[in-house]
Amino acid sequence: MATPEQRVTERVEGPAQPPASSEPAPKLTFEAKNVSIWYGEKRAIDDVSLNIASNAVTAIIGPSGCGKSTFLRALNRMHELVPKTRMEGTVLLHGGDLYSKTIDPAIVRRRVGMVFQKSNPFPTMTIGENVVVGLRLNGVRNQKFLNERLERSLRMAALWDEVKDDLHKPGTSLSGGQQQRLCIARALAVEPEVILMDEPCSALDPIATAKIEELIYELKAQYTIVTVTHNMQQAGRISDYTAFLYLGRLIEFGPTTTIFTNPTERQTEDYITGRFG
Amino acid sequence: MTKDSGRTDNHHWRKIKNALASTATFVSAVLVIAPLGLVFFYLLVNGASSVNWDFFSHLPKPVGEAGGGMANAIVGSLELLALAGAIGIPVGVLGGVYLAEYGSARINSVLRFLADVLNGIPSITWGVVVYGLVVLRFKGFSAYAGGLALGLIMIPLILRTTEEVILLVPNGYREAALALGVARWKTIVHIVMKTASKGIITGILLALARIGGETAPLLFTAFGNRFWNHSLSQPIAALPLQIFTYAISPYDDWHRQAWAGALVLVTGVFCVNVLVRILTRGRAASVV
Repeated sequence: MATPEQRVTERVEGPAQPPASSEPAPKLTFEAKNVSIWYGEKRAIDDVSLNIASNAVTAIIGPSGCGKSTFLRALNRMHELVPKTRMEGTVLLHGGDLYSKTIDPAIVRRRVGMVFQKSNPFPTMTIGENVVVGLRLNGVRNQKFLNERLERSLRMAALWDEVKDDLHKPGTSLSGGQQQRLCIARALAVEPEVILMDEPCSALDPIATAKIEELIYELKAQYTIVTVTHNMQQAGRISDYTAFLYLGRLIEFGPTTTIFTNPTERQTEDYITGRFG
Repeated sequence: MTKDSGRTDNHHWRKIKNALASTATFVSAVLVIAPLGLVFFYLLVNGASSVNWDFFSHLPKPVGEAGGGMANAIVGSLELLALAGAIGIPVGVLGGVYLAEYGSARINSVLRFLADVLNGIPSITWGVVVYGLVVLRFKGFSAYAGGLALGLIMIPLILRTTEEVILLVPNGYREAALALGVARWKTIVHIVMKTASKGIITGILLALARIGGETAPLLFTAFGNRFWNHSLSQPIAALPLQIFTYAISPYDDWHRQAWAGALVLVTGVFCVNVLVRILTRGRAASVV
């Protein structure tokens, strides 16, 4: 068996690729190369290279504190909100550098939307206002356009039928699962290219979770989705590719079926079978 | 003596201690509330009879002539509050936003400490400062000087309350807005400040109620006026100042008017506090 040092060296040599298979190589949305991230002195991500395929669901799994949320946030520069963050390496979105000096992080975030662990509809706004707030605050005034986008986003988030008569009610009046779908609709309304999801179901009951998972499956026809989860079964159900992170390092990456049935690394197998984590 | 009886004795002593402790806290609580009752009682007994339509609608009468009112002082107080608010509200709110949202931890802790020191400065000091800065330079007492003195007192009060309510807004809302590609300042204005708006307004109202009763900073700034003020660059009457002048005068009629003025002032402050209670009732629902 390779020593940890050898494994690290191997990983540095080339980015982990979505698997070579009989199918043609998938189109890539993100190409992360040698990404390392520090919070002050603490290194949260250690030299991770990862390519994320378009119109597919990529799940990032790993025990708490392994850096999966940090890596996810590096894909839309949300990690920069924490003071004293430092980053090395590059992240390309459709070939363009996300960290180029000339790019405003707000533009990056408009292209790469995000849904959070805890649903967070704005408490001062109605359901309808919550959905279009991203457009409004980015200067869209055309009411007809906003109404169209409102309905389309809510339909895509599978929430329209439940709330179409209550659009003027506060967003916080919805149930937990509905609030999370409202947040997904809000993210969809600005028409991003990618949706990042940071443990989107961890605060929901099984029925609400099933709805979100179904939604994720439907959304991947139009969007690239990257999700963080520490629920292994969920990663198995919803994702096409799975990346296993441990202590800030990428241990293994590949098609979900391979990772779950025939992992190369011992650590991956131990984690997936529940021996630690 | 058996073990059991020993335990019972002990139990009695504990019951007595318990009764003593609750009595002591109850008496303290009554002592805290009693002054409020006394103040209202005295004001009603001495002032209620002099609060009439004339009091709100007439100027003070010349010395020796009975009757007259404090209309000019009531309006003057409102003008001074408006001037003070024009200075204290924007500076206080924006400063509070800066402390909560921008700035480095070290600079912010210094600013916060300084604001707390400013809050502890006796209000007459502000009167002296403005006297030196404005009254001497422009060679005259004025409404502007009075408003500035009151506004300076408001700034640290509003700054600290604004900062505290903004920090109460959960970070998830900021992140949600930023993740939609909304600019930082728009996130702060449209999401964070809107979520905290009830708390910010409460802080402003409490600061206005506090300076509404200030007398000392007006002594050598607004100075007082027995007539209508026709220009903000002239001395202006204010309710607390008028109460002060009348209370230390030797005339019984003026004393009665001072009581009436105090009753009106306290009632005003009381109404603002009730308004704040009404506003903050739904606050838990909107902030968290």
